[in-house]
Amino acid sequence: MTKFIKLALLASAALSMLSASAEAHRTWLLPSATVLSGKDAWVTVDAAISNDLFYFEHHPLALDNLAVLAPDGKTVTPENIAKGKFRSSFDLKLEQPGTYKISVLNQGVFANYKLNGETKRWRGKPEQIDSEIPAAATDVKISEMQGRVEAFVTSGKPSEETLKPSGVGLELVPVTHPNNLVAGEKATFRLVLDGQPAAGVAVAVVPGGIRYRDKLNESKVTTDESGSFSVTWPGPGMYWINASVQDDKSKIKNATRRAGYAATLEVLPQ
Amino acid sequence: MRFLITAALTTLAAGSALAGEASISIEIPRLSVSEYHKPYVAFWVENADGSKATTLAVWYDAKQKDHEGNKYLKDIRQWWRRVGRELTLPADGLSSPTRGPGTHQIVFDASAKPLGELPPGSYQLVVEAAREVGGREVLRVPFQWPPQAPTTADAKGADEISALTLKLTP
Repeated sequence: MTKFIKLALLASAALSMLSASAEAHRTWLLPSATVLSGKDAWVTVDAAISNDLFYFEHHPLALDNLAVLAPDGKTVTPENIAKGKFRSSFDLKLEQPGTYKISVLNQGVFANYKLNGETKRWRGKPEQIDSEIPAAATDVKISEMQGRVEAFVTSGKPSEETLKPSGVGLELVPVTHPNNLVAGEKATFRLVLDGQPAAGVAVAVVPGGIRYRDKLNESKVTTDESGSFSVTWPGPGMYWINASVQDDKSKIKNATRRAGYAATLEVLPQ
Repeated sequence: MRFLITAALTTLAAGSALAGEASISIEIPRLSVSEYHKPYVAFWVENADGSKATTLAVWYDAKQKDHEGNKYLKDIRQWWRRVGRELTLPADGLSSPTRGPGTHQIVFDASAKPLGELPPGSYQLVVEAAREVGGREVLRVPFQWPPQAPTTADAKGADEISALTLKLTP
């Protein structure tokens, strides 16, 4: 894959995740199971960008920035990484008991500027800004994107080690364990931005299976001062939760920052 | 029948034959399905508010090569979440093979583990059956521990467990 296409894919993934209202596409990871028993369990995970949840109908999610944390906090190498027309996929062997965190963090920089009266668009890496955006450019608007997509799977007894935030961008810190969710029960989570409580952020919760119903059944909740929010699961199934923030806390000079977070959570029947 | 013998031995080993006991009788239905596997069944005791759970028995394919049968333990979903995932199976006195259709009885000595360690109070016996390529059912029978007089309580199921009876003898 050429570098340009890679960047373009990354950008489209980041964009589609970060601008849910402007562009309906959703980014997600879908594990084949989230609660497993027995030794040497495996899960296979699909990764896609789509409109409907959880159907493959638009674009595979690039897995260049895929990272899997094992219960002991070390990274695990996914196996059988493949990219199809509509979805990417990979397998994970769960060699340790406990909770695994699967993350894709796409980061990129986007810019608009005017040069000789023409509007130009640019995307690239922070260190390329100075060399690639001409000094004569005017009306330069730079935005940094941090789009994170996650899923959690547990073999045996759930563990906590992998649930700590990394401190980069918008992240979910479970208060209720993400592999201990049951229909009708309330679950609480915290959103953190660069590791600090993300207060007043709107979180959308959408149940999967959209194709077979007329209403989206999206629920919205806003984080409180500690970044916490709660969801009472109306029924069992896979849920997609999504939030994004925009601020001026980019480490890049004169840039705005947009950080997005999405996770797929499985809710089991009573 | 293996388990019955094990349970009986446990009772004897624990001492007095006059000691109280808890006898659980479960009826597993004969089902007319294209693919039948004997259900995995878990028996456990929860205190009234559900805050503490203790496993009494688990019927599953413990004898499969490389513990392959453990893969399906999570399908006994409520038990797995409440207490199953905390255990290392197979465990002596807890695990035993699956049973086919019919009525099966297991007996626990009131003075031995785990019943002997229950503080007096309100409890429920929970029995959950999960069948590979089939359904799942959970039945609950409330009871007071220790029993003051012989008591019998039962619950009827619809799909995977036909009937459940708990007999307590002081």
